[in-house]
Amino acid sequence: MIELTVNGETRRLDIESDMPLLWALRNELGLTGTKFGCGIAACGACTVQVNGNAMRSCVTPVSAVQGQSITTIEGLSAEGLTDVQQAWIEHQIPQCGYCQSGMIMAVSAHLDNNDSSSADETARAISNICRCGTYPRIKRAIASLQEQRRSGGVQQFDPAATPAQENNV
Amino acid sequence: MTSISRRGFLVGATVVGGGLLMGYAATRPSRHQQANEQFGSPESPFLTTWLRIDQDNTVTIYVPHSEMGQGVLTSVPMMAADELDADWDLVNVEQAPVDDQFANGVLVKGFATSMGVTIPSFLNRMADYATLKAAQIMNMQITGGSSSVRFTGEIGMRTAGAAARQMLVESAAAQWGVPAAELETANSFVMHSGSGRRISYGELATTASQLEPPRAPVLKRPDQFTLMGRSIPRTDIPAKVDGTAQFGIDAQPENMLYAAVLNAPVFGATLAAVNNKAAIMQRRGIQAVVELEDAVAVVADNYWRASQAVQALDVSFAGTEYDQSTSDSIFAGYEVALDNEERHDDVVEGDADTALSDASNVITASYRVPYLAHAAMEPMNCTVHVTDNGIDVWTGTQDNLGIRGQVAGVAEVDENQVRVHACYLGGGFGRRLPTSTNTIEQATRIAMQFDVPVQTLWSREEDTRQDYYRPAVTSRFRASFDSNGNLNAWENIYIGKNEPAEAAHISYGVPNKNIRYVESPTHVPFGAWRSVAHSQHTFFLESFTDELAWQQQMDPLAFRLSLLADKPRHRRVLQEAADRAGWGQPLPEGRAQGIALQECFGSVVAQVAEISLRDDGSVKVEKVVCALDCGRVVHPDNAASQVESGIIYGLTAALYGQISIEDGKVKESNFHDYEMVRLSETPDIESILLESPGAPVGGLGEPATPPIAAAVSNAVFALTGQRIRELPLKRYQFLPTPQEDGARSA
Ligand code: FES
Ligand code: FES
Repeated sequence: MIELTVNGETRRLDIESDMPLLWALRNELGLTGTKFGCGIAACGACTVQVNGNAMRSCVTPVSAVQGQSITTIEGLSAEGLTDVQQAWIEHQIPQCGYCQSGMIMAVSAHLDNNDSSSADETARAISNICRCGTYPRIKRAIASLQEQRRSGGVQQFDPAATPAQENNV
Repeated sequence: MTSISRRGFLVGATVVGGGLLMGYAATRPSRHQQANEQFGSPESPFLTTWLRIDQDNTVTIYVPHSEMGQGVLTSVPMMAADELDADWDLVNVEQAPVDDQFANGVLVKGFATSMGVTIPSFLNRMADYATLKAAQIMNMQITGGSSSVRFTGEIGMRTAGAAARQMLVESAAAQWGVPAAELETANSFVMHSGSGRRISYGELATTASQLEPPRAPVLKRPDQFTLMGRSIPRTDIPAKVDGTAQFGIDAQPENMLYAAVLNAPVFGATLAAVNNKAAIMQRRGIQAVVELEDAVAVVADNYWRASQAVQALDVSFAGTEYDQSTSDSIFAGYEVALDNEERHDDVVEGDADTALSDASNVITASYRVPYLAHAAMEPMNCTVHVTDNGIDVWTGTQDNLGIRGQVAGVAEVDENQVRVHACYLGGGFGRRLPTSTNTIEQATRIAMQFDVPVQTLWSREEDTRQDYYRPAVTSRFRASFDSNGNLNAWENIYIGKNEPAEAAHISYGVPNKNIRYVESPTHVPFGAWRSVAHSQHTFFLESFTDELAWQQQMDPLAFRLSLLADKPRHRRVLQEAADRAGWGQPLPEGRAQGIALQECFGSVVAQVAEISLRDDGSVKVEKVVCALDCGRVVHPDNAASQVESGIIYGLTAALYGQISIEDGKVKESNFHDYEMVRLSETPDIESILLESPGAPVGGLGEPATPPIAAAVSNAVFALTGQRIRELPLKRYQFLPTPQEDGARSA
């Protein structure tokens, strides 16, 4: 039995310990917001957060994340949208949208964990692929989010306040 | 408001134009009535094929195109809502039901007229389906050819909105006993200022639907637009930031099983044997090993189990005559074909042969590009449930009606037995046209063996290796100047003619032109790839044009402008892009610019790329300025977003794009060897959208893709002196010092 804590809820699954988290999420738990793009950690479509850090779930065996706090796009915010999701709407970023769950999970984790990284550092850190080429808008959104968070214009996103973290204590 | 005369309505439709208007008058009422029967009710009648107005005053606009990221679920309905004078807050946008009533005849006619009554090739294969006779070609919901706004929007949606508005006004006039001319409309109400009366569209809808739609509804002048020209937030975006958007891969009908597939690696090969079927069946969760003519599928209760089992398969495929084929042998075959095969005329004007043989200096060059895969972000997939009372299909496709025909054909049922549940597309780019979608039929064959739904999902490796590819192409040029230094001959012989027919034509004024092609088919399947044949030809044409400019020791911009005397739109985009990019101004050390121009899909586009070199000798694109004239901009923000998208798609191909053939198969498999531009390599992009009042609305989804490879390659020449005659740029390591002109051998 594998015990996974996803978006604050703990579930016991009768699955192989080497099943990648991606397929446990999608096929066993029905959480389809996390996408399959490459299966080899090369695109980031499957990015989720584990204890607030971005992880590519297609190469993460479930055994490695047992007992950890897993957050998917469905559980990113307890209610409403996060500042990152709002910025994604404000900058009208998604085109086909397929990569965007992973993008948002990766960017959210990066901004939460690196509040002073430069635009270049951020761009290098977010290596997710967007085949629709929404990068110019993502760059603009990240810059405005960093600015917003620095100036305290929007309440600083507090990982401790996310439901996943609450359930991790 | 300006009355749109029949003639006006027919602009751009002169050939089958009469058919367009008569078709409207002749076929619309019956489609209208049938639509009423099927989807309307007396309380919520269809006013036109694409519009529904409910008594609660909501307007539902059905879009017969697929949302693959291009904003079609916003830009196209905006056009109907604007003409209708609808309150946008009361407008619901829905994907048109996958039913004959919503088949998009306007689109096919639009293509037919704009292309001189030829049906583009991506539609051609549809005609092959037994269920689809030529006349039924009209029955499609194709999304491609940058056509949505241009044809469906400009012709279908606007006319539909205007006609509905006129019918609502007429029924209000009758109800109040006042002349229709005294009535005004705004925000989904009809108003009579004389009496101060107002009535909602919803209240008028039922009576209005009894009226015969006008034959030539009055369309607005651009200065009367209330929605068109505004950047309205896209309707599909909220669901794409919280993970709720449903793509084909997200279908989860109850009791669904998953199929992973191994296709015959060599195109055209067939399955010989599965040697370890029993062992595979022993694995956890495996339900079946399905042997198909050219593939094996393993069906399981979890996709990972299925895909692991596929990797454990011991399979043999029959040999083919292509087993020795390589990219090199294909290109060598092209050289033989170019030398020996019959040459077909594309454009022949003047006497290029004589001009070239008389010339003292003939400039020659040969260019080539490799195959390209689409690599849409969502791997190909299709979910099918075969039941006793019909077949349900969930997938993201560029043509819902087209794939309905594919499923019906395989299952040998009537098309009306197939229910297609349209899903969002995780990228299209041509890959999800039915003619480039080999998953639909396969998924149907697999699902026919089960009474539960089966999702067939290809791995990224299968997606990359089993695509319908942008072809590898070789293109040879010769050109000469007369004694006054004027370009007097242009000769081009290339491999394989494709759509659009004008892709190898040049905008530049040259008195003697000889553009010909030879056919040299290969076993690698062809598919429409964003901008289709423009993707290769613009690289060829604009690189060779650049060579000519340098040869004449002319500034590449000035050279181009000098050949465009009668092309004001072309001159304008070039000048605008150059001015904004600071063309001719001193650049920082180690940087250079290149320029390129193209007219395609009804738009004219110029790009200036500014590059530098990284320490490892690779090209870094710092900045791209793109000026695009699409006639009229319907949704400026979405237009800018399509320009950015098109540039990055083309840039990925220019820098990295290469599908190689080895032993008859595709060598590349996933994003580690079929690389993509990422955030850190994204140049600053400035897009300038220009309008040409009176010009037809041009496309946006594709035109920004073709010029970038030439703009970047021309910048490479300016910086290093190396002329790039073969893509992708990752083949080369550049030295930053300018050298003698000369192509690096491939
Ligand atoms: S699917 Fe996991 S990184 Fe691509
Ligand atoms: S929005 Fe389509 S892949 Fe990113």
